[in-house]
Amino acid sequence: MSKRIKKIFEIKGKKLITFTTGGDPDLNTSLEILKTIINNGIDIIEIGMPFSDPMADGPTIQESSVRSLANGTKINDIFEIVMNIRELNSEIPIILMGYYNSIFNLGIDNFTSKCAETGVDGLIIVDLQPEEDSELFTKSKERGIDLIRLITPTTDHKRLITILSNASGFLYYVTVTGITGQNSANIEDLKKSVNTIRSSTKLPIVAGFGIKNRNDVEQISTFTDGVVVGSSIINIIKDNLNDKYKMINKIKIFTKDLKEGIKE
Amino acid sequence: MTIKNSLKQLPNEKGYFGSFGGRYVSETLMPLILEVEKEYNKIKNDNNFKKELDHYMKTYVGRPSPLFFAKRITKDLNGPKIYFKRDELNHTGAHKINNCMGQILLAKRMGKKRIIAETGAGQHGVATATVCALFGLPCIVYMGEKDIKRQSPNVFRMKLLGAEIRSVTTGSKSLKDAMNEALRDWVTNVKDTFYIIGTAAGPHPYPAMVRDFQSVIGEEVREQILDAENRLPDLLIACIGGGSNALGLFHEFLDDKQIEMIAVEAAGHGLESGAHAASLSGGKPGILHGNKTYLLQSQDGQIDEAHSISAGLDYPGIGPEHSYLFEQKRVQYMSATDKEAIEAFQYCCNLEGIIPALEPSHALAVLKKIAKHYSKDKIVVMNMCGRGDKDIFTIAEELNIKL
Repeated sequence: MSKRIKKIFEIKGKKLITFTTGGDPDLNTSLEILKTIINNGIDIIEIGMPFSDPMADGPTIQESSVRSLANGTKINDIFEIVMNIRELNSEIPIILMGYYNSIFNLGIDNFTSKCAETGVDGLIIVDLQPEEDSELFTKSKERGIDLIRLITPTTDHKRLITILSNASGFLYYVTVTGITGQNSANIEDLKKSVNTIRSSTKLPIVAGFGIKNRNDVEQISTFTDGVVVGSSIINIIKDNLNDKYKMINKIKIFTKDLKEGIKE
Repeated sequence: MTIKNSLKQLPNEKGYFGSFGGRYVSETLMPLILEVEKEYNKIKNDNNFKKELDHYMKTYVGRPSPLFFAKRITKDLNGPKIYFKRDELNHTGAHKINNCMGQILLAKRMGKKRIIAETGAGQHGVATATVCALFGLPCIVYMGEKDIKRQSPNVFRMKLLGAEIRSVTTGSKSLKDAMNEALRDWVTNVKDTFYIIGTAAGPHPYPAMVRDFQSVIGEEVREQILDAENRLPDLLIACIGGGSNALGLFHEFLDDKQIEMIAVEAAGHGLESGAHAASLSGGKPGILHGNKTYLLQSQDGQIDEAHSISAGLDYPGIGPEHSYLFEQKRVQYMSATDKEAIEAFQYCCNLEGIIPALEPSHALAVLKKIAKHYSKDKIVVMNMCGRGDKDIFTIAEELNIKL
């Protein structure tokens, strides 16, 4: 299991996690955005590996994939970004998030080697569930990389046990049935679901999907171990494509605000 | 009797045909897909279900479809005896309804209240809209913006049947993207919605389920050809996009080792042009839309846009069972270009008085080319899987004819 992920959750306080697509809107700006986010004290970063057919994502993240791919982002560029961040920060956990074809295409062995070499701590693969992930799980484990599992509102008790059996790092609770960047969850339902999961595991539980602003972060972080914010940051990118300086500045203000909203 | 190493027993319990197939979807969909599998396994051996399905197939779809001896084409090609399995005569004009009827009956049993589907040429959309009207369920069809333009008669038919058409403007704006959008809808409305997938692809159990519902084609052919010729055919030929009509014809005969099978992919502007939809001839294995199969994709694993004049074949993937049959070399995969398909389309109109869809025109184009290699005592069955009414505007445009 990843030492960095373990360590961050040993530190007191709820964790703020961001998602941005690697290479959106272009490689350099993408790196600048990540640096800004990290400088604002974000605890864990998720970097999206852009894919042509992101079936679990809403329009915001779909468009960010399109922008990144249109600028020629390749899987090796994502590893390049990771290496660049590692040079600046040896502690922050880095998670790659994406679709299985990106990994399968490179080869599981090759992909996980590159993850280990560049300093990736975890993987979230939205279209890969325990039934199909044994090969990636084994290779990841060998290399100290956590395969972060997703739990959703439709996951029943039997599946929960299956999911938890090889889970490591932390658990990612998808707050709504749907795609990214859409509706927000009902807080009471969400609280109940998180508590149910908590009774079956000691792993930290973070919540993602539909968490949009400081208010959501404040509320949801009271009963989870962390929250993920993605589409809202990507919307800032989209709205400021013509002015990179303004884009970075707005992301700075936004992530700072989110961080202040997190419960200690 | 079960035959050892029978090709008809696949997939395995995890949904694999060799190394292809499986179940690659988001966790939100997993419980539902497992439930679809469970319910499907139940109805497979349920006589009441079979009775109900047979009833609608006979009285509503119009099965069995005829097996027609194409005398003039046979004479003209001066080769084997050519038969057409006339699935274009089904209600709604294609083989698609065989599968839709099966799936809607399953959806009803599962108590689902809302039906979604993707469509390329519109044939699957029309068939889905039809069965939804028949059983009084709301129907939402996702269709690429590009396909809405080139298949306008089918769009109007679906609307008449009460379906809501949602135009998909992402990616290549055709079948692949319609399927992405349908999956996004499904994951959002997972509780009350049943997704009727139109081809033998997607997460397990869809590839097996769609194939099984389409297998009625081959089962009828076996009986009909024995009646007509007192023996089995030597060659079966069909077009493939996702591959459901081909599997429908082939599956029944997979263990009849002496029967040759050819499936015809869409070569678009030509395989060397890069603008085609021939996933097996020009692709490599990958994961998309819930299954592991051959896909057209870049070196970096991004899915390529397919091209074919036929909206129904314009898809960068193929059902996983075909990927397996390809690697096993049980089926031979060939291709026909847009141009060859249009020629075959006209040829069939003129010689047999049948306006074929552009999809089976691809199969006929290959048959025209290879017929000379077969002697006159050989028997070929081609699946005429759809009629061409929907394609007349595309053809007119290609031939520079103003309607």
